Amino acid sequence: MFRRTVESTAATISLVVDGNEVRARAGESLAAALLAEGLLSFRRSAVSGVPRGPWCLMGACFECLVTIDGARQRACMIRAVDGMHIETGEGRRRLLP
Amino acid sequence: MSSNRELGDPYELVVVGAGPAGLAAATAAAGLGINTVLLDEQSSLGGQIYRAIEETPLADPAVLGKSYGRGRLLVRSFVASGARHIPGASVWHVAEGQGGCLTVGLSVGSAAHMIEARRVILATGALERPFPIPGWTLPGVLAAGGAQTLLKSAAIVPAGYVVLAGTGPLLWLFAAQMLRAGGRITAFLDTASVENRRAALAHLPGFLASSYFREGLDLMRAVRRGAQVVRGVKALVAHGTERLSEVAFRRLGSTEERIPADILLLHQGVVPDLNLAAAAGCKLTWDERQLAFLPVTDRWGASSVEGIAIAGDGAGIMGSEAAAERGRLAALDAACRLGRITQSDRDRKAAPVAKALARATRGRAFLDALFRPTRAFRVPEGETIVCRCEEVTARQVRESAAFGCPGPNQLKAFLRAGMGPCQGRMCGLTVSALLAEARGVTMGEIGYFRLRPPVKPLTLSELAALPATPAAMEAVGR
Repeated sequence: MFRRTVESTAATISLVVDGNEVRARAGESLAAALLAEGLLSFRRSAVSGVPRGPWCLMGACFECLVTIDGARQRACMIRAVDGMHIETGEGRRRLLP
Repeated sequence: MSSNRELGDPYELVVVGAGPAGLAAATAAAGLGINTVLLDEQSSLGGQIYRAIEETPLADPAVLGKSYGRGRLLVRSFVASGARHIPGASVWHVAEGQGGCLTVGLSVGSAAHMIEARRVILATGALERPFPIPGWTLPGVLAAGGAQTLLKSAAIVPAGYVVLAGTGPLLWLFAAQMLRAGGRITAFLDTASVENRRAALAHLPGFLASSYFREGLDLMRAVRRGAQVVRGVKALVAHGTERLSEVAFRRLGSTEERIPADILLLHQGVVPDLNLAAAAGCKLTWDERQLAFLPVTDRWGASSVEGIAIAGDGAGIMGSEAAAERGRLAALDAACRLGRITQSDRDRKAAPVAKALARATRGRAFLDALFRPTRAFRVPEGETIVCRCEEVTARQVRESAAFGCPGPNQLKAFLRAGMGPCQGRMCGLTVSALLAEARGVTMGEIGYFRLRPPVKPLTLSELAALPATPAAMEAVGR
């Protein structure tokens, strides 16, 4: 769990996370936005499919990978932008659908 | 893809990393008339230590402490220096190119580019040391430095039952910052060995004369006032199924204790981020005092590869103030080797910088000894995950050693450890430590993963967008 410490003056934006509307602050990283919304697990691991969430928040560990507007990216390295579509929970890649 | 003309190459100097070392190096180089570009993966200047320095949403940035404010001057001097900054640039390759030049491979906005430079200064900084305990992969368990980044850049703090565990200046600093920001700490589990204090005593005079002394003491006092500090923690387990729910720990000579936990923040020091330097062929050496592999550098930061210097914590942990001075020394040497200043000019200009560096590194030996991580938390047991990406356990690594696996590079073929997207950043030191112990050799003998470009994952479309120049062919054909 994480909580915001300030009533920010930054613009409030909205994201679509797994089909649900989520509010965020313009300029913050997507990982920060999702953690502040109470999300701790961002995806499933590639080998055994167990839940994983952010670890380093600086682009090194690749634990916070989510699908952002169709591309798999590190949520900690991408700034939240109004209208972004995010899908969490992806795990092992499959060759065939 | 956009043309390299947009990226403005060729450059006389490419600096990688916009923390204190990179900012100071680029500023000093531009000040000497060198055509300089600063590349950084983040979208704003400051690196991790001064993360979001010009844009933190914190109501009162003073909660971060006095030393954080020092970054503002570094950033502003850089902006005024005339050096170019390319934000969001992920550097995945540095190697010798054509005609004595170096080639730098980078991705900006999902397009890959190769740019040319006469010289390169790597200021890639530090990573948090791996902290492999049972359950460290559960959601809700994070690196303390990661939580600090969230505080600096988004003004959010961990909430609910929050447990901090480990050792090192950053853990104490973050605990104090969190308390000042209105956060609450359920327990602070100090894993430093009590014997560390005796070892640190030998270095006490240097520490007493350092800038860390007063600041560090105040900090630890504030944390002890605001949180329950449990000393001498010998064992630590994160429990939970889909996410963290409990932390179990054991003190010397006592039975296991369990506390409920929503967030567990782990930290046991920082180590150089050496992936780029190692992939460029820079020689590494094991440092027993810092318990880390460091690139071999001279007093100017020059590595074993012609044209490549390493400045700041990426060349050995000395802290942010020292990093800026090391950046300045590397810039002076680059200017000299580019023929911009004479050797005697360089040495004259370097004298006050070297003095400032000596002042900034005072007390470091004390900190290294006092916060030295214990073996129990560096060399895990049983089913503890070592490689988070490929989910390889300590038992598997030991079994591979028993089967005859001679070192970290062969272990890749046995278990894929170190071959996931983080490229060994989360497991490299643990793998080397496990194999060295199992085979009864030193860390220096067992060595580190052999790293190759690209040191950050690239998509096929990014690679395919590269023009097929000889340099580009070389970069992917090694």
